[in-house]
Amino acid sequence: MLPVMIAEIGHFTLILAFFAAIVQFIIPLIGASKGWRGWMTVAEPAATAQFALVLTSFAALTYAFVMSDFSLLVVVQNSHTLKPLLYKITGVWGNHEGSLLLWVMILALFGACAAWFGQNLPATLRARVLSVQAAVGVAFYAFILFTSNPFTRLATAPFDGEGLNPLLQDIGLALHPPFLYLGYVGLSMSFSFAVAALIEGKVDAAWARWVRPWTLAAWLFLTIGIALGSWWAYYELGWGGFWFWDPVENASFMPWLISAALLHSAIVVEKREVLKSWTILLAILAFGFSLIGTFIVRSGVLTSVHAFANDPERGVFILSILVIFMGGALVLYALRAGVMEAKGVFGLASRETALVINNVLLAVSAFIVFVGTIWPLIAELFFDRKLSVGPPFFDAAFTPFIVTLAVILPIGSIMPWKRARLKRTLRQLAPALVLTVLVIGLIWTMQTGKTLIGPIGVGLAVWLFVGAVIDLLMRAGRGAVSDRMRRLRRLPRADWGKAVAHMGFGITVFGISALLAWEVEDIRVVAIGETYDVGSYSLTLNDVRDDRGPNYNTTIADMSLSRDGVSIGALYPEKRVYPVAGMPTTEAAINQSILRDVYVVIGDQQDDGGWAVRTYIKPFANWIWLGAIIMSLGGVLSLTDRRYRIAAGASKSPKSAVPAE
Amino acid sequence: MRVLLLVLSLFMATPALAVLPDEILDDPVLEERARELSKGLRCLVCRNESIDESNADLARDLRLLVRERLVAGDTDDEVIAYLVDRYGEFVLLNPTRTGANLILWIAGPAMFVLAGGIALFYVRRRRPDNAVATLSEDEEKRLDEILNS
Repeated sequence: MLPVMIAEIGHFTLILAFFAAIVQFIIPLIGASKGWRGWMTVAEPAATAQFALVLTSFAALTYAFVMSDFSLLVVVQNSHTLKPLLYKITGVWGNHEGSLLLWVMILALFGACAAWFGQNLPATLRARVLSVQAAVGVAFYAFILFTSNPFTRLATAPFDGEGLNPLLQDIGLALHPPFLYLGYVGLSMSFSFAVAALIEGKVDAAWARWVRPWTLAAWLFLTIGIALGSWWAYYELGWGGFWFWDPVENASFMPWLISAALLHSAIVVEKREVLKSWTILLAILAFGFSLIGTFIVRSGVLTSVHAFANDPERGVFILSILVIFMGGALVLYALRAGVMEAKGVFGLASRETALVINNVLLAVSAFIVFVGTIWPLIAELFFDRKLSVGPPFFDAAFTPFIVTLAVILPIGSIMPWKRARLKRTLRQLAPALVLTVLVIGLIWTMQTGKTLIGPIGVGLAVWLFVGAVIDLLMRAGRGAVSDRMRRLRRLPRADWGKAVAHMGFGITVFGISALLAWEVEDIRVVAIGETYDVGSYSLTLNDVRDDRGPNYNTTIADMSLSRDGVSIGALYPEKRVYPVAGMPTTEAAINQSILRDVYVVIGDQQDDGGWAVRTYIKPFANWIWLGAIIMSLGGVLSLTDRRYRIAAGASKSPKSAVPAE
Repeated sequence: MRVLLLVLSLFMATPALAVLPDEILDDPVLEERARELSKGLRCLVCRNESIDESNADLARDLRLLVRERLVAGDTDDEVIAYLVDRYGEFVLLNPTRTGANLILWIAGPAMFVLAGGIALFYVRRRRPDNAVATLSEDEEKRLDEILNS
């Protein structure tokens, strides 16, 4: 194999993967409807082959980036010989073409996983799931090959590339897209299961049990991906914001909200065999929002930081994919939803009802984000008004629903299935309630003349966290401490996962509220050698010097931080210029600790020789992402529950030792 | 080529801060109002950034303009009206609640009422006393027979 041919091999295997996907789409679908076993079993080798082919293609593109093969257009536009190796690799998906190749590779990976680990699914369901999964693949292979080919060669190769956007040359952002894609594409599995179930006309507890791990995995990756993006924005964009309600952020947030709803409604289907048709609808919508997200980001229809591609042809293509898949699935849903009969019954006060409210709140929240995101487009198209919808709208419209969700969460999570007594549930939660009221009162009296965000937000966080602890303690039952500990250890991992994820949510709420309520900001001109105070901290600007990095020039300030005369550490805020891209970036210096971040940004030199410096004290900032990590940890715990490992399938598996909740 | 770019980059302005020290007003109350207003105003040349966050020159001009109007004694609403007059409602990050925008503001609560209503209807129907099917006349008769035999 000649190295010069590697791009062609990548191109060729991509085309072959396209054909493998077509086979995987058509043959098993016909086989399943006719009952031809041989045709159905084609799905599995086809899925494996498709994945191997697209993996080869992806490896070829990665090779081109690493070797800086400037005969490829996409490498010229997005890479540079001076770029560090890590960012050459991450540059593969730092552009439109490459990121789509990553998208479709992950899609094939999920399909292959379903083929490999889905041995115990009924044969027709498995064939149909893999077929639907391949149908999505076919659409995206066509999109890549016809509108966004990463293997386009140039007749004359330039000596060097144009470089990657310096903002993207960062580890947080480099890992952000793969995680998001794992999430987006993971939801394609839930979609495939939903459509396959509609074709089969059968949704039962076993179906919910199969679909839940996939949804859980997708939600978990989305959580990590969103947290990475938010963390990146916090330290890179230079003013320490963590969420901007940018269309591209919203694009990932909508599937997150819907998949969180799906996760909860699938539990109801699994345990109680109700909410079936709603769960199917959510599974369709969750992937629909992933496609909308892809459309928003890839078409550049709503201009924003991340929109690399600005080509109407591509936008129209993705929109057609969206219309075909959503339209097709929803028509199928309208025709078939009637056959799904609910079995269980439950009282007005019950965990079922609580989860219905959870779903209403999450779905409405996602709807608000959706309307706010596309409103500028609608207003321009239909009302001839050019306007913006920014953070003030989302803060006002979105927050009340999430606050309501946080209020009912601990109540719903400890309510028994079928029939609960609200009074009894509230009595069990009494310690959490008392603690919450105490904390709100304490904060209210301690802070003077400030917003409500602090006391209410922290109160909610305490309510969520202690509520989750009570949830666990109740599962431990009564009796001696040693008995309780033993029972706690034996609780199914899914129960631990639930409590841990809810605690993580509480921690994130705490971090956000504390940061919004008690942040301290200071803007001033500082002379070299000068010391100034912010809050209880003292900062000294020792020196400012120019320096060079591997592919940038930088101005670095040398500052020291102390408190009550005790030195805490040095801070080196930078501003960089990447000559290749001709773009300045700020590199904030952050002194991190669990209780607060001291966040410093250096600006321009002023006429009097001093430097403009911005200093923030950001209380509990890290708790925002810590909470997200704990939430995803809850997801991992739940995912490793033995019920799903064996399971998926052995629907007659012995019931776990713990009585049904 | 690379040398040229390097040289060019040396001459480029590299603004790295949003609100600059020389912009800050002496009156802390006015400054606080200026900051609050700035957070709701869009930097027109940026991608979804408020003028409070943006480093762009235009954002700086707008920040200075806001402060100028405040010092001149304008109320918050007057400052906003002044900017909307010049730049259109595109400048507002907080969309107005007039005309078609009402749809935007009402969409969420309306959806909540709708979804909540449907959910309530559904949940009530799944209550045990409703969901247990009542016996048909034939079944009633049969039951009577069994019980009375």
